[in-house]
Amino acid sequence: VKVKMLSWNLDNYIVPRNYDPTLHPFEVLQEYVRVLNATKLEGVFAKPFLAWLDGHRDGVSCLAKHPKSLATVPSGVCDGEVRIWNLTQLKCIRIIQEYVLAFVGLLFTVGDDKTVKQWKIDRPGYREGEEAITYNIRKDTGIDHHWKEAVFATCGQQLDIWGKQRTNPICSMTWRFDSISSGKFNAIKTLILESCTSNRNIVLYDMKQATPLKKVILDMRTNTICWNPTEAFVFMAANDYNVFTFDMCALDTPVMVHMDHVSAVLDVDYSPTGKEFVFANKSQSREQRVICVKWTSDSKYIMYGSDEMNIHLWKANASEKLGVLTSQEKAAKYYNQKLKEKFQHHPHIQPTEQCIMKEEVNHIKHSKPGSVPIVSEKKKHIVAVVK
Amino acid sequence: MNVNRVAESLLALSQQEELVDLPKNCPLSENEDEGDSDGERKHQKLLEAISSLDGKNRRKLAERSEASLKVSEFNVSSEGSGEKLVLADLLEPVKTSSLATVKKQLNRVKSKKVVELPLNKEKIEQIHREVAFGKTSQVLSKWDPIVLKNQQAEQLAFPLGKEQPAIAPIEHALSGWKARTPLEQEIFNLLYKNKQPVTDPLLTPMEKASLRAMSLEEAKMHRAELQRARALQSYYEAKARREKKIKSKKYHKVVKKGKARKASKELEQLQKVNPTVALEELEKFENARMMERMSLKHQNSGKWAKSKAIMAKYDLEARQAMQEQLAKNKELTQKLQVASEIEEEEGGTEEVEELLVPHVVNEVQMNVDGPNPWMLRSCTSDTREAATQEDPEQLPEPATHEVSESEGERPVAEEEILLRDFEERRSLRKRSELNQDAEPAGIQETKDSSSQEVLSELRALSQKLKENHQSRKQKASSEGTVPQVQREEPAPEEEAPLLLQRPERVQTLEELEELGKEDCFQNKELPRPVLEGQQSERTPNNRPDAPKEKKEKEQLIDVQNLLTTQSPSVRSLAVPTTTEELEDEEERDQRQMIKEAFAGDDVIRNFLKEKREAVEASKSKDVDLTLPGWGEWGGVGLKPSTKKRRQFLKAPEGPPRKDKNLPNVIISEKRNIHAAAHQVQVLPYPFTHHRQFERTIQTPVGSTWNTQRAFQKLTTPKVVTKPGHIIKPIKAEDVGYRSSSRSDLSVIQWNPKRITTRHNKELKKNSVD
Repeated sequence: VKVKMLSWNLDNYIVPRNYDPTLHPFEVLQEYVRVLNATKLEGVFAKPFLAWLDGHRDGVSCLAKHPKSLATVPSGVCDGEVRIWNLTQLKCIRIIQEYVLAFVGLLFTVGDDKTVKQWKIDRPGYREGEEAITYNIRKDTGIDHHWKEAVFATCGQQLDIWGKQRTNPICSMTWRFDSISSGKFNAIKTLILESCTSNRNIVLYDMKQATPLKKVILDMRTNTICWNPTEAFVFMAANDYNVFTFDMCALDTPVMVHMDHVSAVLDVDYSPTGKEFVFANKSQSREQRVICVKWTSDSKYIMYGSDEMNIHLWKANASEKLGVLTSQEKAAKYYNQKLKEKFQHHPHIQPTEQCIMKEEVNHIKHSKPGSVPIVSEKKKHIVAVVK
Repeated sequence: MNVNRVAESLLALSQQEELVDLPKNCPLSENEDEGDSDGERKHQKLLEAISSLDGKNRRKLAERSEASLKVSEFNVSSEGSGEKLVLADLLEPVKTSSLATVKKQLNRVKSKKVVELPLNKEKIEQIHREVAFGKTSQVLSKWDPIVLKNQQAEQLAFPLGKEQPAIAPIEHALSGWKARTPLEQEIFNLLYKNKQPVTDPLLTPMEKASLRAMSLEEAKMHRAELQRARALQSYYEAKARREKKIKSKKYHKVVKKGKARKASKELEQLQKVNPTVALEELEKFENARMMERMSLKHQNSGKWAKSKAIMAKYDLEARQAMQEQLAKNKELTQKLQVASEIEEEEGGTEEVEELLVPHVVNEVQMNVDGPNPWMLRSCTSDTREAATQEDPEQLPEPATHEVSESEGERPVAEEEILLRDFEERRSLRKRSELNQDAEPAGIQETKDSSSQEVLSELRALSQKLKENHQSRKQKASSEGTVPQVQREEPAPEEEAPLLLQRPERVQTLEELEELGKEDCFQNKELPRPVLEGQQSERTPNNRPDAPKEKKEKEQLIDVQNLLTTQSPSVRSLAVPTTTEELEDEEERDQRQMIKEAFAGDDVIRNFLKEKREAVEASKSKDVDLTLPGWGEWGGVGLKPSTKKRRQFLKAPEGPPRKDKNLPNVIISEKRNIHAAAHQVQVLPYPFTHHRQFERTIQTPVGSTWNTQRAFQKLTTPKVVTKPGHIIKPIKAEDVGYRSSSRSDLSVIQWNPKRITTRHNKELKKNSVD
């Protein structure tokens, strides 16, 4: 049987094109104009702010990511309230009255009352009491949950690792006496932990061998740390005005120093792709002080909690169109991206502010040659590495 | 000791700062001093002992001559107070035998090694840490290639691991579900009746039983057989399909012949083996014969045959094909002779022969009398055969009719004649079949007499035709070469008698033979290639020759022209140059000398000239950007309209030069500030040479300059994320590493004491090494 069909043969609609370069002169200029337009339009279409979540009665002190749901976000405030938000509805789902200092995704809250409590994310059913599993701890201030297992770590005087349904920590680790402000599990090699302490140290721990590994002493106090989710040995430490990217195996020189902050960096978070990161800066240049920041696990949005009692939701890429893109849109987007990458060194495409340490340069200039040692920025802030 | 040394060497760095905190106790030189003083003291003692030997000199009390920290209460100098008590010192004074056992014991103790001091806690911890760090960094180094690969990857699509949809097993799905609607209940009942199991091997007991009934090997064999059969079938089908598609007629002919041969062989065998079946087969053949006789197949009456008939005159193959058809007809209509029958009827062979002789043979005999002159005229090797098939008696009427109409339409007429020929032949055959018994000669005679007059007319006409033909040939041959003419000449001479004789009946066998000879002779005289060559020469009617000559003439003229035009120019070049050189040589020499003498004298003018040139160069020139054909007609000789030209001519006047009023200065204005704002000032980092950077900028990315495929490849983004998908941290499984099945938790929940013991062991191992 001969079946006749209406067919859409693409070849009939594609006009053959001659790609002979002699027929298409001025390609660089044309592309330059295109990329100029693209950058301008990007500025025009940049609408990064999406929404704010309103309802807290104090500055939002901590935010967390839910490991399995993109839309669920818990937030904690110093006035003793934890709210769980739904980002799609922009609504508060649940309020837990609890004094929290820190918490993690599965909603372990570290309270003021020397307890860690495990809460349910969902609202309890009718006539169901609030059930919170409580662990008694010492006076701890930070908490982090293991990425795979039902294990969490708290930090205070020492780093304690807790298993669920246990009254005592599985193991506790310490390096002399120090008050640990925050501890984080490595996202990939989950047996490795890291903590920053109040006396300017960053300490690495191994959970398996139940021992600290190494310590690096910086010139300032480290506020928080964050492990790279795609590179097992890279982490970032927010060290007052600077943020350092460290390679765990070579702590004596940071891989990169991210400078030029006006005020102390309070929080750091990696994008889940591990290629980008976000800092929360204490500076009040934008009306409010950002205290905590999180990059959502689909790498598309950034949310931060600030002094002005709101949680802000922003797009990670300001001019990105949300929703489904047609193939043409996609092609145009990728093309523009590529063009921007290609012409990134051109002043009109990406104005590069050359970070010159003017003071230091002048100091070196006006003193006797050789009298002022030139120390690289990377080395400058590292005091010592202790084994 | 080893432990200490290892630890010290490892901790050298970290200790440095700690050392700073410690108080600076006892410098190293002290030890040396002690050693020195010790030697001195011993020497002193020896001297004293020697002096006391005489007994006179009493031992003097040692005098305190210098300040010392340690002062003995008996005003004794504290020399040797810092000395350690050595075992040997104690053993020396022991002389009594009662203490011999003690001495032995002490000696034994002396021979034993001293246990080293345990390390302090901090150092142990440090060693622990170092070992642990070494281990972890080793583990982490496994990630180096993965990280590197991801960094260099052209594209990273997150989430990295392929998310597999969680498929719940059917038991889980069914356990929480109950049939509610009547339909569902019915279905469930049915399933229940069949004892359809819910879990994995979804086989009813019946099916299971049936499975059990057949043993595995049997089933395998059966399956293999089936598979083989299927495969064979498919091969056969494929072959048949292929063969069916073959368009070659030759191939099909060969196949058919092969089949026929096979069939006949089989028949022969059958006759020997099973005569009854053979008879049936024979009947089949008979049937086929009947069918053939009934049908118009192979009678040269079909469309194809007609077309061939048209071509028959010119095309040898066509003619052959027609004859083959006829032969086939003969073959099919032939009565099959069975060997057994022949044996039986050996006596009446003549009768059988008569019977077996096909009807066509009769026709041939008749045809021998008069071949068709029109067919003969285009005589080739096959002419005789063709002629034998023609029927002369029926011919003349239509032939004359056609020919008399017009000579110009001859080719068409000929075709028709040919066709009619066939028809007549068929009708004749039918007639002959009808009255087979009747004598053919009689009929022929009667017919002859009736058509006598017509024949005479025909002869006259044919004569005319032939004359025409000859004259044309001669024309052609006269232009051709001499040998061709010579060859051609005999042909018409022979043709003439043939043509003349043909219409008359050839009655005797001798005459028939003669006719054949003549034909043969004719054929020999005019071998095909020559004939064809002649024809080819004849047909174009001198056309190819004429233009050739013309061309040659033209070429000659051209060459002449060229020669004539070139010659004067050569001359003009040659003459004047020589004369000039002769005249100016002296003058130039002089000038050169003067120039050399005052070289570099005219600086001002040079500068002015330079400036003028610079100004000229910096001026923006008119650029004609008019595109002919845009918005109006374009083509040779057409110019774009003035309006358009004005529109496209660009000569922007730049700002006045900065050195306009400075006659002694040239200020270069090559640098364009507006353009510079867009330019890269410093060579960017990864590039080492500006040319590298320029090259990367100059290679276009867009689809305007690249094919679609290349464009897509060039613009692939480095990182792709799916909206709404949670990107989890990279896992070992994602990048093709197997992760340990043991969970982290189990690792941690080891007894911490055990860990420490293990570590201690490791430490010891290290120390031994």
